[in-house]
Amino acid sequence: MESVFGLVGDGFAVVAADTSATSSILVHKTNEDKIMKLDSHKLLGASGEPGDRVQFTEYIQKNVHLYQFRNGIPLTTAAAANFTRGELATALRKNPYNVNLLMAGYDKGIGPSLYFIDYLATLHKVEKGAFGYGSFFCLSLMDRYYHSGMSLPEAIKLVDECIMEIRSRLIVAPPNFLIKIVDKDGAREYAWRESIKEA
Amino acid sequence: MKLDTSGLNSIVPFSGTDDGLEENIHLAVSSFQLPRTTDFDGFQKKAVEMVKPAKGTTTLAFIFKEGVIVSADSRASMGGYISSQSVKKIIEINPYMLGTMAGGAADCQFWHRNLGIKCRLHELANKRRISVTGASKLLANILYSYRGMGLSIGTMIAGWDETGPGLYYVDAEGGRLKGKRFSVGSGSPYAYGVLDSGYRYDMTIEEAAELARRAIYHATFRDGASGGVASVYYVGPDGWKKLSGDDVGELHYKYYPVVPSPVEQEMVEIPVS
Repeated sequence: MESVFGLVGDGFAVVAADTSATSSILVHKTNEDKIMKLDSHKLLGASGEPGDRVQFTEYIQKNVHLYQFRNGIPLTTAAAANFTRGELATALRKNPYNVNLLMAGYDKGIGPSLYFIDYLATLHKVEKGAFGYGSFFCLSLMDRYYHSGMSLPEAIKLVDECIMEIRSRLIVAPPNFLIKIVDKDGAREYAWRESIKEA
Repeated sequence: MKLDTSGLNSIVPFSGTDDGLEENIHLAVSSFQLPRTTDFDGFQKKAVEMVKPAKGTTTLAFIFKEGVIVSADSRASMGGYISSQSVKKIIEINPYMLGTMAGGAADCQFWHRNLGIKCRLHELANKRRISVTGASKLLANILYSYRGMGLSIGTMIAGWDETGPGLYYVDAEGGRLKGKRFSVGSGSPYAYGVLDSGYRYDMTIEEAAELARRAIYHATFRDGASGGVASVYYVGPDGWKKLSGDDVGELHYKYYPVVPSPVEQEMVEIPVS
């Protein structure tokens, strides 16, 4: 089952997510990218109903781009997170989007940040966060081993421990995970953690 | 033999015993019988549920070296009743693109026809064929706008465009997935078993077609709601081509020929001494 989590380190933020696309008992795909690159320095990890997840994250991405085209400057991570929260809140009383989001970004002069946004339009600025069934395992792990100002190797080690815990304790554990990071050089794919390969 | 002319007779309007709606209905013209109920909505819902169309299906599609293979069974069922053994579940959207049908037959047929129209209009407006990516997104966006309204569609859009072979899975919940290998329908777990174990990217067209045929056959063997004919289509750079359509009953005897079994025990007269 879906697992999305992330944390803020020293000068960077990491987002990790499983890459399974499932419907009831069937796994349709094991290499689905659930972490969208919003713009050059923003990542948006999403979990929720597949239709809503794709439609909503694309909608946010397009609006973040539109802002940049119109104004010539990108939204800050905080602004993008508040915009996203607003859209979810508006939709909540009409036809809600069933998506939970982790937005990570890097802003000049501010540094890395991570925002926790759930489908009820709750917005929190956090240093670590998680969604889905995997969150039960990685939240406690991150509470125990996280400390502020983690180096990249330390953070990746913690992310890997979270992945291994999910794989070994979660009954419906997804096989593959994707780790993305964002720092002063931009948002990018960091690594895949695959236990099965798509032929 | 006496000619049956009952169809020409007008039916005497039905007069109900329940209080309510039908008491006031005295039609001058002939009418079909009205259900003996006051709860028309509930009656209709129950009647539709009794004969839910085309739910059980096995369809599959996969990309390999030479292009895309699309395959499906041909059974339509309404609950336990087999309503047809010759349904075209692979819909030809245009000469380079195919769609598969799983879920509600009418929903699939209608929205594929609708997609066909949109693809043709795109072709006329832009002087080039629509990409598989574009076509599948067109369909997914329409289905997403109708989400929660009861559409029942599980489809794969497969084809060949300027970027090569393309394959997408699209469903009525608004999901759209790009992939190399998909199977949809009640028989899909069985088909996946055969498909995954036998799949290689560098298959020849013949090997790929045989794999698809076998996967559909094995799905129809285990899934009661799938059966009929296993059709196999191939989409290559020059468009789609139907490769085969085999009765799965005949395939069974091809794959597992009847062999005379050795007699385990012979009945013999016991000599009466």
